[in-house]
Amino acid sequence: MELALFAGLAAVAAVSGLLVIVQRQAIYSALFLILTMGALAGLYILLEAHFVWAVQLLVYAGAIMVLFLFVIMLLNVPREGVFWRPDDLRRILLAGLLALILAGELILALVFRVGESAPTAPAPPGFGTTESVGRLLFTEYLLPVEITSVILLVAVVGAMVLAKKHGE
Amino acid sequence: MSLLIESLIVMLVKIGVVFATLLFVAAYLVWLERKVIARIQVRWGPTRVGPFGLLQPVADGIKLFFKEDLIPARVDRALFLLAPAVSIIPAFLAFAVMPFGGTTTLFGLLPRPVPLHLADIDVGVLYVFGITSLGVYGIFLAGWSSNNKYSLLGGMRASAQMISYELSMSLSVVGVLLLVGSLRLTEIVRAQEGIAWWLGVLPVPNWLVFSQPLAFGIFFTCALAETNRAPFDLPEAETELVAGFHSEYSSMKFAMFFMAEYINMATAAAMATTLFLGGPLGPLGPSPVWFVAKVLLLLFVFIWFRASLPRFRYDQLMAFGWKRLLPLAFANTIVTALAAAIAGAGG
Repeated sequence: MELALFAGLAAVAAVSGLLVIVQRQAIYSALFLILTMGALAGLYILLEAHFVWAVQLLVYAGAIMVLFLFVIMLLNVPREGVFWRPDDLRRILLAGLLALILAGELILALVFRVGESAPTAPAPPGFGTTESVGRLLFTEYLLPVEITSVILLVAVVGAMVLAKKHGE
Repeated sequence: MSLLIESLIVMLVKIGVVFATLLFVAAYLVWLERKVIARIQVRWGPTRVGPFGLLQPVADGIKLFFKEDLIPARVDRALFLLAPAVSIIPAFLAFAVMPFGGTTTLFGLLPRPVPLHLADIDVGVLYVFGITSLGVYGIFLAGWSSNNKYSLLGGMRASAQMISYELSMSLSVVGVLLLVGSLRLTEIVRAQEGIAWWLGVLPVPNWLVFSQPLAFGIFFTCALAETNRAPFDLPEAETELVAGFHSEYSSMKFAMFFMAEYINMATAAAMATTLFLGGPLGPLGPSPVWFVAKVLLLLFVFIWFRASLPRFRYDQLMAFGWKRLLPLAFANTIVTALAAAIAGAGG
């Protein structure tokens, strides 16, 4: 049951992830990205990480992607945009190089069996609940959380300063 | 094994009841709205079909069902067909965690008490916000795929409005969560049991609306905006946008948007009831009757607002959301956190 669910969700995530980059219209790419996010959220449930699931749904699928779509609509991205021309040799070379590196990494990972460890123990009771995640965030990971929030604050203030300058 | 089958049957029956109730509410909320607004405007409202026009929703349903289903020529077909479904599915799903009663044995008919909610999950509040935030895609896709500038403007207004007001809405709930200490909806209801003394003199139910009145006000205002209700109904402002995002829709696809809007209203009212008005709690213990009564009361206020208030201008809507509601919600969060910390330190 769990394996079947994992396979289904992983397939949806992988296929829609692929579709994100091969779509010709920006809006379809964004929609498939939402589907990818949704499938990833499903995988979090399988990992008993309920809080992360809810946040993934709320923040990524519900808020960030709405902004993506909003920007696509506001900028009025042409429906039949051509992003790739066959005569663009430099792009093909760059893409090929990156693909080679990625393939190499994948082969290395398979050969050296990275990430394959002893079967993990079942999650302890209370794992992944809001209480346990909250407690971890405010004890063990307090410093990273605070640093991240300060970075976000700086980004917000920076965005406001840029927007203001443009308006005046 | 028989226990498994029994719980499965109970679950299916509960899902069926909730689903049917939501469909019924969607249909008769329209009737209620027309009647109430007519009364406020000194008219009769629907009177022809059935006594008090009670069969009007049935007639409307049959009419919509048999109407020609038009798909305009240059629409984005796939997304045009997808949009109504994307709109209505989250509307139904959000109700899955709502605790609408305590437990019941159905007057002794059932061998063991059945809890009256579909699911009781650890992240209940986040679930409702997460699912309802997906509903905006339906409106958005409808606006975009229709290939119509009025629809597009409606869709864009809806997404901007819903993102803006979702912030204040979530923040207003933080006050509740700080006092209760759980995201579980049944836990939030349980925390509101008993009697409290308001301002030290007035005996009131221990509902969170009395300890978090500002949060309730912010939540209710945002709920109006999130469900695109007057005075925040700019996405479908008929005087400027024809019908907004659903201008190009007809027949059952139009009906699905319509139903989604009314079910979302019911969900927002149910959420406000659960978070602030004690959910199904009443003088004689928790009961679905109290829950339905409170939800209906809030829905009446929704309709009352629509009959009384003129529509905002778009810049007023944005300024109100970002410059008034959001700072207020922040202030409420900070004050509540301080109070909770002081009370926690003292006790």
